[in-house]
Amino acid sequence: MSAHLLASGAVAAQVADKQSGEPFFFWLLAIVSVAAALGMIFTRKAVHSALMLAAVMLSLAALYAIEGAPFLAFVQVIVYTGAVLMLFLFVMMLVGVSSTDSLVETIRGQRLWAAIGALGFLALLGAGLGNAALGDSAGLQAANSEGNVIGLARLLFSKYVFAFEATSALLITAALGAMVLAHRERTTPKPTQRDLSTSRFKSGAHPGPLPGPGTYALHNSVDMPALLPDGTPSELSLNPVIAARTDTIERHPDLYGGTAEEAVDRDVSAVKTTTDEAEDAGAESRAVFRSGTGAPGGDAPASGPGAGSGPGSGSGEREGEAGK
Amino acid sequence: MSPGHYLALSTILFTIGAVGVLVRRNAIVVFMCVELMLNATNLAFVTFARMHGNLDGQIIAFFVMVVAAAEVVVGLAIIMTIFRTRRSSSVDDANLLKY
Repeated sequence: MSAHLLASGAVAAQVADKQSGEPFFFWLLAIVSVAAALGMIFTRKAVHSALMLAAVMLSLAALYAIEGAPFLAFVQVIVYTGAVLMLFLFVMMLVGVSSTDSLVETIRGQRLWAAIGALGFLALLGAGLGNAALGDSAGLQAANSEGNVIGLARLLFSKYVFAFEATSALLITAALGAMVLAHRERTTPKPTQRDLSTSRFKSGAHPGPLPGPGTYALHNSVDMPALLPDGTPSELSLNPVIAARTDTIERHPDLYGGTAEEAVDRDVSAVKTTTDEAEDAGAESRAVFRSGTGAPGGDAPASGPGAGSGPGSGSGEREGEAGK
Repeated sequence: MSPGHYLALSTILFTIGAVGVLVRRNAIVVFMCVELMLNATNLAFVTFARMHGNLDGQIIAFFVMVVAAAEVVVGLAIIMTIFRTRRSSSVDDANLLKY
């Protein structure tokens, strides 16, 4: 490899299409692309690999641009980085983004032999490259004289027109194949809304919609359970993921220094007192609910001075209106 | 820069892709390594086009890109189908044709 690099260094002087600044960008992009390619095969998470591959592809696009292939550079960015890699990411999201490779070797010595084989392959290609009479590069000034795209189109629609036509058949076949492979035949009839409703009532668990969080509660946060009309907190109103979490206290600095349970208890007692008051007064049920949200708001600033800010005062006003 | 530098870079990237195909287990990552190898050959084609002073190499690189796009579509559909039936995208788990 080094012999070949020396040899190519010797010919570098007689390159026909010398561009200023090319060595700097070549080495920059070469280092970036090789580092990203190595990162791609060594990171365990598939998403990181995909991002590394994006870095390699973008570096290669820049190299194409340097090498007098602006059309291919843009096709590389649009088709490869834009479409193919996004397709990879979509499938990764479908298949499961958390899937990481296990580090256990299923074939003994596989990595060692892969590394040895890679070094041998690299030596083989390097030797072939070093012995090849590469000569100097002719440059694309003449070929790109009327524009790279026009030059490519002249070739594509004359010399390679048959391959171009075959490509269309390939693309149609690929699109059909993807549709056939990704299509799943439905083996049971699609359940109608009536069927879904019937099965919901048959199971008997919870025929209606689940209560929303924060109903009749002082806190409209999604992790505060709803209070049922009799004042009991409903676990069903919470997302099971949230209900399973245990760090409630850190999440609620607004609970007047108490825990979530204390806040629920306060809500429950507030709802109970207002319900009792309303029953005593014989008020209509709508007024009960409005003052039910408002009454503890008056208590809150007494227990915690900093807590009764916007909502507390707002509900206090509403309570005043309801009182009138 | 002489074409040798670009060809050396192409060789290195191709080898890295081949190592990835050999050592990785996740089918999607293996597939991405194949894409890396295709990209490396494209770089070689573009370099050859510049070396010889005509655009045939760029045309071949263009066709490689088209075929790679079609291959990605079908390959990812196959990976998704295997994942649906076996709930895994590891290349070790699809072993029905073994022996």
